[in-house]
Amino acid sequence: MAAAIDAPAAVPPVRPRDPVVWLRRNLFSSWPSAVATLVLAPAVAITLFRFVRFLVVDARWEIVRVNLALYLIGPFPRDQVGRLWIALAVLAVALGAGAGAIAATARETAEAAGRPLNAGWGERIRRAGPPVLLVVGILAFASGVEPVLLTVGALGLGAAAAAVTQRLSPRGRRAVPALTVLGIGASLAIISRFGGVPATDWGGLLITMFYTIGALLLAFPIGILFALGRRSTLPVVRWGCTAYVEFFRGSPLITLLFVGWLILPFFLPPDFPTPGLVTRALIIFVFFTSAYVAEIVRGGLQAVGRGQREAAQALGLTPWKQTRLVILPQALRAVIPGLVGQAISLFKDTTLVLIIGQSDLLAVSRSVTKQDQFLGQGYIVESLTFVAIVYWVISYWMSRESQRLEARLGVGTR
Amino acid sequence: MAGVGLSATDAPRVAVWRDVRILRGALQVGFVVGVVALGVWLVSNLTTNLDRLGIRSDFEFLGAPAGFRILGSDFEASGTIREALIVGITNSIRVAVIGMILALLLGIVVGVARLSQNWLIARVASGFVELLRNVPPLVLVIVFYQVTLEVLPRIQDAAVSNGFLFSNRGVWIPWVTLGEGSRTYLAVLLAGLAAAIVVARARRARFERTGEPARAGLLATATFLVVAGVGWLVLDPPITPSLPVLDGRLVEGGASLYPEYLSLLLAMVLYTASFIAEIVRGSIQAVPKGQTEAADALGLSPGQRLRQVTLPQALRIAAPATGNEFLNLTKNVSLGVAVGYAELLRVAQTATGNGQPAPQSLSLVLLGYLTLSIIISLVVNVANRRLQLVER
Repeated sequence: MAAAIDAPAAVPPVRPRDPVVWLRRNLFSSWPSAVATLVLAPAVAITLFRFVRFLVVDARWEIVRVNLALYLIGPFPRDQVGRLWIALAVLAVALGAGAGAIAATARETAEAAGRPLNAGWGERIRRAGPPVLLVVGILAFASGVEPVLLTVGALGLGAAAAAVTQRLSPRGRRAVPALTVLGIGASLAIISRFGGVPATDWGGLLITMFYTIGALLLAFPIGILFALGRRSTLPVVRWGCTAYVEFFRGSPLITLLFVGWLILPFFLPPDFPTPGLVTRALIIFVFFTSAYVAEIVRGGLQAVGRGQREAAQALGLTPWKQTRLVILPQALRAVIPGLVGQAISLFKDTTLVLIIGQSDLLAVSRSVTKQDQFLGQGYIVESLTFVAIVYWVISYWMSRESQRLEARLGVGTR
Repeated sequence: MAGVGLSATDAPRVAVWRDVRILRGALQVGFVVGVVALGVWLVSNLTTNLDRLGIRSDFEFLGAPAGFRILGSDFEASGTIREALIVGITNSIRVAVIGMILALLLGIVVGVARLSQNWLIARVASGFVELLRNVPPLVLVIVFYQVTLEVLPRIQDAAVSNGFLFSNRGVWIPWVTLGEGSRTYLAVLLAGLAAAIVVARARRARFERTGEPARAGLLATATFLVVAGVGWLVLDPPITPSLPVLDGRLVEGGASLYPEYLSLLLAMVLYTASFIAEIVRGSIQAVPKGQTEAADALGLSPGQRLRQVTLPQALRIAAPATGNEFLNLTKNVSLGVAVGYAELLRVAQTATGNGQPAPQSLSLVLLGYLTLSIIISLVVNVANRRLQLVER
């Protein structure tokens, strides 16, 4: 065995770079393949050409240019926008620090597994491409240099935070998750507290992001509790948690949102102040997401070997410490990609608040076409295209990062 | 070390608050009491609130006349709420079932195409997957709906081609008219099917006895076609094709697909297919390499290798995940509410808007979708169990 590992690596065969060879191999390897190529190539070329021509030439983007603020923040009072910029900077630092810590952990895991990662510049550019293009694309519709400078400044702070936490020792990184959560909470408080703007006046991309981040943060601990409950040795607790998880996984989210909208207030005492619409929707998102998080975490718990629990018992740890110090850390690391997947699906699901009458990004894309200057001229095509691209880029980017993370954390491999 | 509970007689010495059995019991009782208390509190709040607001808390409203019509069905305003909800769940099931079938077929095709030797086919297939699965399904539903409304011509100048008719009031497709003998003909077809099965069984039994080529499929198909053909001639065409014809603003014949139905179905099929394609691709890659090599060694053509060796094994791996996608599709059918497709939630919403009590209506919607989910997961589990290899 050792000899096989120590043997010098075989020289990989040189790939033919000759374009004719490449064509014959990949496009004209057989008659059916050649026919398919000849039929598909023009169709693909025409489609791509039309799409690019629409984006660059034909599309009447003035609907986006005029209404950019509506798409991004909805009815948010314009004299309070300063709060949003500060909150964005705080949020960028918090998320940047979190991302830096995750990246450092992933790097160390890969190094420990003997597969050090050296990301070249090409890979870095490919990774940063989608979000940078999105920001540039949105800023291209902005008027004036002020938003550009502020955005670049906030994102720069985020990048700096990421760079700092990447260089921290594993001990120093331990405080990062708490700081990230604190930062997210602080940015929310900056917007809504201290004479700020209540959530009912938020809209556009802002409320989409609020639901996504808020529901994830709250659903995560609840989901872990239900996952542990589902694996409990106490039958009654197990049944109760299973019922909760299966109920929320079996119900369509939009029906649950209707329940939150129309009948959740009925379940509260008559003298209790009715929570606002945004809070009610957030509660439903939290319930729904926590059921899925519970299932994902349960998968991770099952993947932790029996021996781990037994070893922890042998060390004399209390049951709670066994779970918290030995089982959970291993289980959670294994399910990070699954959790990112759930984040993507939650991000896409936030569009459903349109149906209960809130003005999220998708709802704005429909309502702006009813403005006098755009009414009845088919501007919905441009508006929906813009919004679809925003959704697409963000979730495509997240799913790419999650695949990378999966490979780095070596999930399923040891 | 004395006193550690090694024998039954030592057990009573453990203090009550450290006895595992008592602790377990107490914890579970506490859990039940907590859950029940929460439930009682919620329900008492609910009844208090309903009483205070004068909302009925029984289900008698189901028998009341609905007072609204449902697009695309015979349901009239004089029908009861109960009948309206039944129309709603039928509409949900219609999209779910047709959507599952189409999404499965499309997903398999795209998943296989992603692994094509042809670079262009593989790229187009992965473009399809990446494009669709990263867009919220609701965006897809709305985009398709708006495209039907804005891009397709008005009904007066509908585009007609090959028996299809396109307009912003919907798309009409060729369909069939059932004649008088159609019921008898259905019986004839069933008889033909039975005859075909008998023939196939007999041929296969013969093959096992003598080893002669069975040609079971060929002969069974022939049997079925003969019975079907004779029945057709005898019964004086029981089924006639019906093509849509434009007459002013009305369309005669054919079958209509309303924009609401069409956009919802299309979005469901494409969105789900993109996920199923990924599952199929992963499953094909998970089939051990030795299987393809063995197929090559047997001299099977690439097509045979795919159909007879790789796909059957891959589909076995893909079955549980695909079942999950079917569940998601069924739940996503409720997105039809955004474009006004009369599925269960939409009907309940309309009823609530007409003054029917929301708690009961929405509970029925949840119950309906939960029942559909449970039925689908039962079917998937049964299918899954039958597909799995039985080992030792």
